[in-house]
Amino acid sequence: MTVQASTPTQSHEQMSAPPHPFREFWGYFSANKGAVAGLVFISILVFCILFADLIAPYGFSGSNTDIRLTPPVWQEGGSFAHILGTDAIGRDMFSRLIYGTRYSLAIGAMVVALSIIVGTTLGLVAGFARGMVETVILRVMDIILTLPSLLLALVIVAILGSGLYNAVIAVAVVILPHYVRLVRASVITETAKDYVTAARVAGAGRLRLMFREVLPNCLAPLIVQASLGMSTAILDTAALGFLGLGAQPPLPEWGTMLADAREFIGADYWWVVTLPGIAILLTVVAFNLLGDGLRDALDPKLKS
Amino acid sequence: MALLEIENLSVEFPTRAGTVYAVEGMTMKLDQGEILGVVGESGSGKSMTMLALMGLVPFPGKIRADKLMFNGHNLLTISERERRKIIGKDVAMIFQEPTTSLNPCFTIGFQLAETLKFHEGMSSKQARNRAIELLEQVGIPAPEGRLKAFPHQLSGGMNQRVMIAMAIACNPKFLIADEPTTALDVTIQAQILNLLTSLQRDRNMAMVLITHNMGVVAETAHRMMVMYAGQIMEEATASDLFNRPQHPYTNALLAALPERAVGGRLATIPGVVPGLADRPKGCLFSPRCQFATDRCVAERPDLSLWQHGSLRCFYPLGDAEREQKIKTDHLIGAEANQ
Repeated sequence: MTVQASTPTQSHEQMSAPPHPFREFWGYFSANKGAVAGLVFISILVFCILFADLIAPYGFSGSNTDIRLTPPVWQEGGSFAHILGTDAIGRDMFSRLIYGTRYSLAIGAMVVALSIIVGTTLGLVAGFARGMVETVILRVMDIILTLPSLLLALVIVAILGSGLYNAVIAVAVVILPHYVRLVRASVITETAKDYVTAARVAGAGRLRLMFREVLPNCLAPLIVQASLGMSTAILDTAALGFLGLGAQPPLPEWGTMLADAREFIGADYWWVVTLPGIAILLTVVAFNLLGDGLRDALDPKLKS
Repeated sequence: MALLEIENLSVEFPTRAGTVYAVEGMTMKLDQGEILGVVGESGSGKSMTMLALMGLVPFPGKIRADKLMFNGHNLLTISERERRKIIGKDVAMIFQEPTTSLNPCFTIGFQLAETLKFHEGMSSKQARNRAIELLEQVGIPAPEGRLKAFPHQLSGGMNQRVMIAMAIACNPKFLIADEPTTALDVTIQAQILNLLTSLQRDRNMAMVLITHNMGVVAETAHRMMVMYAGQIMEEATASDLFNRPQHPYTNALLAALPERAVGGRLATIPGVVPGLADRPKGCLFSPRCQFATDRCVAERPDLSLWQHGSLRCFYPLGDAEREQKIKTDHLIGAEANQ
């Protein structure tokens, strides 16, 4: 009987229920055309990462000096065999750029993941511990912030030795303070709310409070910062690669490709220099647009 | 044996300018099934006392007490882990702001079930059924459908009901209601208070009702405590306190109730609660008291028994020789206030 009585109210309930969180999110996100464009471009890049072996007509390291510095197809002397031309030792530019997504983008993702994990933990600890621990963590972060980012990354790579993974660690340390400060600030606002006290009254331990109660409520700004941080991470690893301290040749990391083409800057072979640069530029812009869109969709203060 | 015994509890906050006392010399007892109303202005230490009891005083506060016993456990010597177990199961708390006292990230069903699983060791299914039962008890229609709702999808009154359901989920022995009706509108206030008192009666819980609304406690509390600047000023049964206030502060508070104003101007208490810098050496209320004398300024009265209840004043109202005593000690309050 109770079931019968409650059924009508329940169905009415479901009809008037607010939209599913994801649909609401998409509503705000899709209103920003730039963000959608960024998302599309990044989707293409992700597709390239997954299926690089199928898309790329050639491998990324096979050299052939007979066809070195072939111009792109639309220029005189170009051919469809190498759509975007070849580099100084005859490697196909298009294939290298496609494979490059695996390095540049994957490095960006690794950097951001690493600094999110470490930064969130440090931020949570700082926000919860207060006192001495907080001061120490924040002052260390301040010191990191005072050094120019690339310089600090160089120092860290110099200590750890050059290479792809050390570059990842270096860049992760450089962008770490943003996450620590962001998380700490949200933690402090959230812990002042009654639900945290309620959880403590109910017997929640410290770790549980940090990760189960408070962290989910700090995620929105973190996601936005992560997507914006991707662009910084890609840019910084490319810079390290350009300086020869990141990914080592023949890996087709975009920054490393630029470094290889250094001697052609100002020469007639513009494509060897310009194309990796454009790839970096477009990716960074796409991530920034995506980040803006995410902020529009996730930040409650910007919602109307 | 009393369920809760506090003796000489102080909560101090070290600051650069000196130590701030949020609670000072707090002594109280609470029995099973009793409702204690705690009233006082904002910042008088009402909530802080309860937080101190649960070991939740915010950084960098420190607790000092001669005795802090709950249900036979000495909370002063107990380990953090044990305290969490005891407090989480036997003490529950309801907060002022229902919209922030539930975690916005999870559904109310999830939050209710979580407590039940943790403290009662229930399975997911048992917890779900119990959650529905609890929501029904606190008067939420169609509880099955509400389990999947997020706090922001419910109204303030509904959220407060959910909060009450969570508080009583583990059959606590002691319920702390920290201004449970302040953020609600008047029609809901009465409903929530009725709900609280009926639950309290059915389960024979001890309850502390913290409020700054005298009207709220008048009808619900058995015993009342008036706090001022971290100290208890007067303690008596509810009817005694309302009909025969003995402390000048209680009297002034009652006189300031809009419900009691009959024509003319609404009575107020001049001045503000003393802060860190201007904390008086004598009676904390002396700077604002109409009847303050030289003795009040020089000496701090102790909490002592007097007629019905206990209070902290040299010249309790209703004392036959009161006027004479005030005169010999040289009245200064009236001059200051005129």
